[in-house]
Formats: sequence, C-alpha cells, structure tokens
Amino acid sequence: MKMIVTRGGFLTSVQDLGRTGFREFGVSLGGALDPFALRVANLLVDNDEGAAGLEITFGGLQLHFADERAVAWCGGEFDVQIESMPLPAGHAARLQAGEELKFGRPQIGCRCWLAISSGVDVPVVLGSRSTDLRANFGGFHGRALRDGDELALGEFRRSQTAAIEGISSWTAPYDWVSPAKRGPTLRFVRGVDWSQFDDLTIERFTSEPFAVSPDSDRMGARFEGPELKRKSNVDLVSEAVAPGTIQVPPSGKPILLLGDCQTIGGYPKIAYVITLDLSMAAQLRAGDHVRFSEVSLADAHQLLLERERELERFRIGLSLHVS
Amino acid sequence: MEIVPLGDSAVIVRVREQFEDAPEETLDGVVRTFRHLRNAAIPGVIELAPAYTSVAVFFDPVAVTKESAKGGDAFDWLAERIRAVVAAGADRGRRVRTTRSDVRLVEIPVCYDPEFAPDLDEVARHAQISTKEVVDLHSTTEYRVACIGFVPGFPFLAGLPKKLATPRRDVPRKEIPAGSVGVGGAQTGIYPLRSPGGWNLIGRTPLRLFDPTKNPPALLQAGDRVRFRAITRQEFEALKR
Repeated sequence: MKMIVTRGGFLTSVQDLGRTGFREFGVSLGGALDPFALRVANLLVDNDEGAAGLEITFGGLQLHFADERAVAWCGGEFDVQIESMPLPAGHAARLQAGEELKFGRPQIGCRCWLAISSGVDVPVVLGSRSTDLRANFGGFHGRALRDGDELALGEFRRSQTAAIEGISSWTAPYDWVSPAKRGPTLRFVRGVDWSQFDDLTIERFTSEPFAVSPDSDRMGARFEGPELKRKSNVDLVSEAVAPGTIQVPPSGKPILLLGDCQTIGGYPKIAYVITLDLSMAAQLRAGDHVRFSEVSLADAHQLLLERERELERFRIGLSLHVS
Repeated sequence: MEIVPLGDSAVIVRVREQFEDAPEETLDGVVRTFRHLRNAAIPGVIELAPAYTSVAVFFDPVAVTKESAKGGDAFDWLAERIRAVVAAGADRGRRVRTTRSDVRLVEIPVCYDPEFAPDLDEVARHAQISTKEVVDLHSTTEYRVACIGFVPGFPFLAGLPKKLATPRRDVPRKEIPAGSVGVGGAQTGIYPLRSPGGWNLIGRTPLRLFDPTKNPPALLQAGDRVRFRAITRQEFEALKR
C-alpha cells in the first residue's frame, strides 16, 4: 500500500483542498492551487473530493506503484504515460502492481494534480494533509518530494479499480480537466482599493496584456506590464488577503496571490480574480500573457453556483460507471 | 462599521477606519467583533481572520447562496447577518462590562545578547541612546498583538516606544533564525520560523511561537497583551532545552 517516488521532478508536493480554520494564526490556505482540478481528479477515481493527491509542477515526476491503483489527473497539457501507454487528462486508469507512471514536461500551463485511489496517506496536521512549503509542515515531512521517497497510500478498495479496463472511456468536461491557456483572460471583481487608481490606470489594467514574470511561485503570480500607479502613496492598514487578490505594490507591478499567499497584506487591492478562474491562474508560467476583464460579484457567485450544479450532475453520472 | 467584499469568497468587516490614533480601543473592538462572529457560527462561514482594524470573514459562496435562497444576493445576506451578530454582541456588551483583565497577558523571555542582536547598535544609534537603554525600553513596555501574519505565528506588536522606531533594513536578510525579536518601523515582532526578513534584530526568545502539532498552533493571538522579560544567555540555554 505504497508508492515509490522514482523521480521527484521539478516540484511535487502532497496537497488536498487546503487548510482552513487557522488563518487567524497566520496559517495559509495552501492546498492544490486549483482545488477544483483535484476534486474532479478525485471523483474520477471514486475518492472523496478532498482526498490528498499530488501537485506536480513542470513534470519530471516518476512513480512506482507497489499495488494495484486507479489514477486520474487534471491540469496543464502534460505528456503522461503509464509504462509507454499515454494517459490523457481527465480519464481514470488502472495501474497494475509494479507499473510506473511518468509525467513529462508541460506544453501549456505548468501544474497538474494527480489523484490516486484511496489517496495519499500522510498525517493530518491542523486539519489537512497539505504540504505547507513555506512553513515546512504537513504533507510528506513538510517538504517537496525527492527521489526515493516512499509514500503510504490509503487502504486498497477493489471497487475503485474494478470498473476500469485499462483507461476509462468516461471523462470530465474538457475545460475542467485541461484549464490551461496560453493567453487567458481572467475575470475579476473590483477590489476595495479600486477607487485609489485613476481612470488611465484602470483603463490600462482592463485593456492591456500583462506578462507573467519568472519570479512567480505558489504564493503568487507576478506581472510585468503597464505600470499601475495609485493616486496617493498613503500607507494602508494591513488586512486580510486571499488567493485571487491582485495587489499593487509601490513598483506598480501587480501580483496575483495564489494558494500559499500570506494571510494579511498592506498593499492596495485593485481587484480579485474570481474563484472560478483560479483554475487558469494556477497554470500561469513565465512569458504567458494575461488580460483582466470585470464581472459583477453577483455574476461571480452565479457562475460558481452553476458549476457546482454541473459538478453534482457529473458526480451522479460517474456513479453509474464506477459503482 | 463597513463591510466590503474581499473577492467572491470573503468579506472584510472594518470595525474602525484608523489604527494608530487609538490602538487599544481599536483592538478591543476588533477582538470583540471576532469573538461575536466566531460564537455566532453563521452558516456557510468557514473561518475568520482579525487584523488591526478589521475582521475578515471567509465563506463558502455556494453554501451561503443556498442559505440566502429565494433570489437573495449572497453578499447582501451575509453582510446583513454579520451586522445583526455584531449589533446583538454590542447590546450584550453594554450590559456586561469587560475589563482589562479579560485580555490575557503573555510574558516572553528574550535574551538581548549581542550574538542574537546584530542590529541592536543600529537601533541605539538611530534612537541616539545606549544599547542598554534600548533593551530597558523594549523590555519594560507592554505591547498588544495587532495581528498574526507574514508567516504562521508571527505577531505584529503595537506599542513600541516611539524612540525605538527604526526603518527596516535596506536589504532584507535571506535567513533569520527562529525566535529572533525584531524592530520594523514602528512595530516590533518575533520571527517564529527560520525565514527571510527585513526587520532589525535586537534579541531572541527561546520560546516556540508556532508549533503545528499543537492546537492552537500559535503562542499568541490578536488582542493579547505582551511583555518581554530580559534574560541572560544561561537562562536562554536552560529554557531552550
């Protein structure tokens, strides 16, 4: 009931849907940067949506399974193989004991999430199995995976693999399992400090492309582009920030905060990317160009609600195949 | 009180506009609001985060929209619930007087030994006083935790004597040892974990400020009163064990 990390890859970590309840103590949400992708991958292998899986950044990961497992992955455009058989995103596959699963480099996007039937069994720390890579706790010894690591998996359940012959015929909607785009438009709602920017700055923010800087990580995507200047330079009182917050430091170069962001910040918040579009945001890599487009808060909620309904239908559809 | 959205899954409840003009009153207000909201357990609310003048309320938009059904707007529904909870809390507050002793006081031993205090000279030079005076001032003042953030368990402490206010270092250090006590602008704080940082380091505590195996994981929380007690190197080593 374990898997061996033959190769750890560029940056691979154990993640679930994140750590909640400890933000007041400065603990980041963390978890899969695209929690929706992990939920879908988990559903495909008949796991609980919140089971711990792997977040794989830029590929290079190679896993060896000691027993039979069902796996599925969602995310960027990766070349994934079971032995030499390609495994496309959004399909469940049955791995036999002793088989290897390999992740190549991504063509588009930079991250993907792998669900393994019964999940990765690392200890729950502060309510989550996520790895906090900044504070070094949770996940597998609080760190990224390395060559030779052996990870325990949850108890094998035959029902999770029995329905799959090789690779499943069923799949999830394409934009759920492959959300990465080369030049995405991210939808946003206005930030609390929106009015602190003049019309010209707002015009730039909403019409011009911003290039993702190499200086981006799980804490945030940084952008190069037209400078966003505030009308005044008065310091703001620090308050909560969250994944999706776009803050503008004095440099005028915006930063889109992602899952591992700090819990509070003092930079002006020009906008927030809507939860639905964090899936695309989690795929941004250096050189990608991004545009921002405004939606109302009510629309953001409506979109989220509609997707949850679709997910519910998908879940029901899946249960016909799996169990 | 102002309630503004923080994206589609959180709102910020601003208890007061400013912090510096009345830190004690503001913090008391923030902590009261935080407690009222926590006790109220509004359906769909996931967690709360107090900071300086505000309390952030994180929620599940799908759950809140279901609660606010019949075509109601999720944000409006939640804002209304928050206002009702805070108003009811304020009503109770008028009947039950809270006192200063309701706020816990945490004493933190700090060794100001030169080895732990590479920037003590700089802070003294900036204040135009001796290093001993810096230590005396720093360790005889009572502070309050304005919020926990930056890294898990990091307390931003308000109440630093004006004299000790020192600008952050031009070039942040790449690595600061856990337990380091620093001065950054008008605030003082403690680095709970080995991390980068730009504050001036003037001492070190042997206490663990963040321990993920404990619940709560942090030694301090927003609103706490804090005092530093100067200890010797021997005491530091003994407490560290």
